[in-house]
Amino acid sequence: MGNLKGAAAIVGAGTAGIGLAPGRSHLELIAEASKQALEEAGLTMRDVDGLFTASLVNFFPTLTTAEYLGLKPAVTVGTNLGGASFEDYVIQAAMALQAGLCKVALICYGSNQRSASGRHTTMADMPKYEAAYKPRFPIAAYALSAARHMHEFGTTREQLAEVALAARKWAQMNPEASERGETTLEEVLSARMVCDPLSVRDCCLVTDGAGAIVMVAAERARDMAKAPIYFLGGAAATWYRQISAAEDLTVTSAKESGERAFAMAGLAPEDVDVVELYDAFTINTILFLEDLGFCNKGEGGAFVSGGGIAPGGHLPVNTNGGGLSCCHPGMYGVFLLIEATRQLRGEAGKRQVKGAEIALCHGNGGTLSAEVSVLLGTEAAL
Amino acid sequence: MSETERLGPDAEFEERLKEGRFCIQRCEDTGRHVFYPRRFSPYSGSDNLTWVEACGNGKVYSTTIIRQKPERGGDYNLSIIELAEGPKLMSRVESVRPEEVAIGMAVKARIARDGDTAFVVFDPA
Repeated sequence: MGNLKGAAAIVGAGTAGIGLAPGRSHLELIAEASKQALEEAGLTMRDVDGLFTASLVNFFPTLTTAEYLGLKPAVTVGTNLGGASFEDYVIQAAMALQAGLCKVALICYGSNQRSASGRHTTMADMPKYEAAYKPRFPIAAYALSAARHMHEFGTTREQLAEVALAARKWAQMNPEASERGETTLEEVLSARMVCDPLSVRDCCLVTDGAGAIVMVAAERARDMAKAPIYFLGGAAATWYRQISAAEDLTVTSAKESGERAFAMAGLAPEDVDVVELYDAFTINTILFLEDLGFCNKGEGGAFVSGGGIAPGGHLPVNTNGGGLSCCHPGMYGVFLLIEATRQLRGEAGKRQVKGAEIALCHGNGGTLSAEVSVLLGTEAAL
Repeated sequence: MSETERLGPDAEFEERLKEGRFCIQRCEDTGRHVFYPRRFSPYSGSDNLTWVEACGNGKVYSTTIIRQKPERGGDYNLSIIELAEGPKLMSRVESVRPEEVAIGMAVKARIARDGDTAFVVFDPA
């Protein structure tokens, strides 16, 4: 293991329609984000021979997207790990690029769910042994995890609210973020309860938006317009589909994906300058900080307290505002990669983490079911 | 029994439930109980699985209240129950208000019916 480290790099990143994009289809948004990502790299749609995409509306996401974009890809990957799919695609793309199966990999996603229906779109089937109990998907699963975490470790609703508040403070420095209004801990805590202990402010946003990244093999990356952001390590871990199959509701397979990703990269949590975690709900951030080794199990609540992960805190987490305040168009994974790329290139404006060389992107899929960790870095981190 | 008459574990589970028996599987290779029903043991990979009647005792491993407007049926409980035999399952604790359900609470299984289907719910023990 380890020969994938530095094998490929992100050379383009693009977004479109973040927040609200009325009157534009999800495929139109994907096309806009993809074109932007390719233009950054000095490439065109004609150069793309690897397509990696998942969808909540198309049963054949790679076929539909390839046709729409005018691609005839040699490599298509549409593995559906939920929102974590896109971190998985970075690993798959690195493998395909290293093996020479494709030369230009496009990883993309888009949704117009907010404009189209105003709600979270899903094709997810209800697990047979859960359906009778009407578990509101996906929030009920996260609520059960949060309740158990509070029971075992004394985590509080205030600590969950700290996660939402930190996300908003980062979002306020991101002109692209959907929710940038002032808020307070009290306001977050008094929000309408959805599934105890999670209120509406513990939930990610429902937005439109598309994102795309372009990857090429490392040797080609050096000739591109922007500084390459290298793949340093990555790993996926799937433990179950339905939340009732979890052995322990307070530990996710991020523990395993993180360990393997760090091992591939030859890095440890203390080496990471900026952290992008899939915050579908506030409990996610706490669980993943623990499972990825930024603090001990049970100490995530204390870690985020007092603005610990907000601007000026001890670890910059979800610097774009996250799914909680930036955007969440159904699947959020690709946006973690885009924000990490911008941070590592030094393009993040007011929210720039000074001197960021190494970023961790952590995707979550299903309901804490599949976890994928990817470490990215500048040339200096190789 | 001929091959075409043999039921799979899902159907066997449902049949027993309709007869009023909440049965789970036991992996005879490891001694561990299995829920939900499987064709092969997730612990050993073999088909050395036998059906045993669950004792029905369990405790609440985690719980939430799904908030819902009264006109749509009102709030309801959703829990994960850890059976005395070991496995966990999703269910609902009934006979008490949702906010009275707490982690660690001892509960007892009951078979509930909704039209043609039967499913396991729990009441405080």
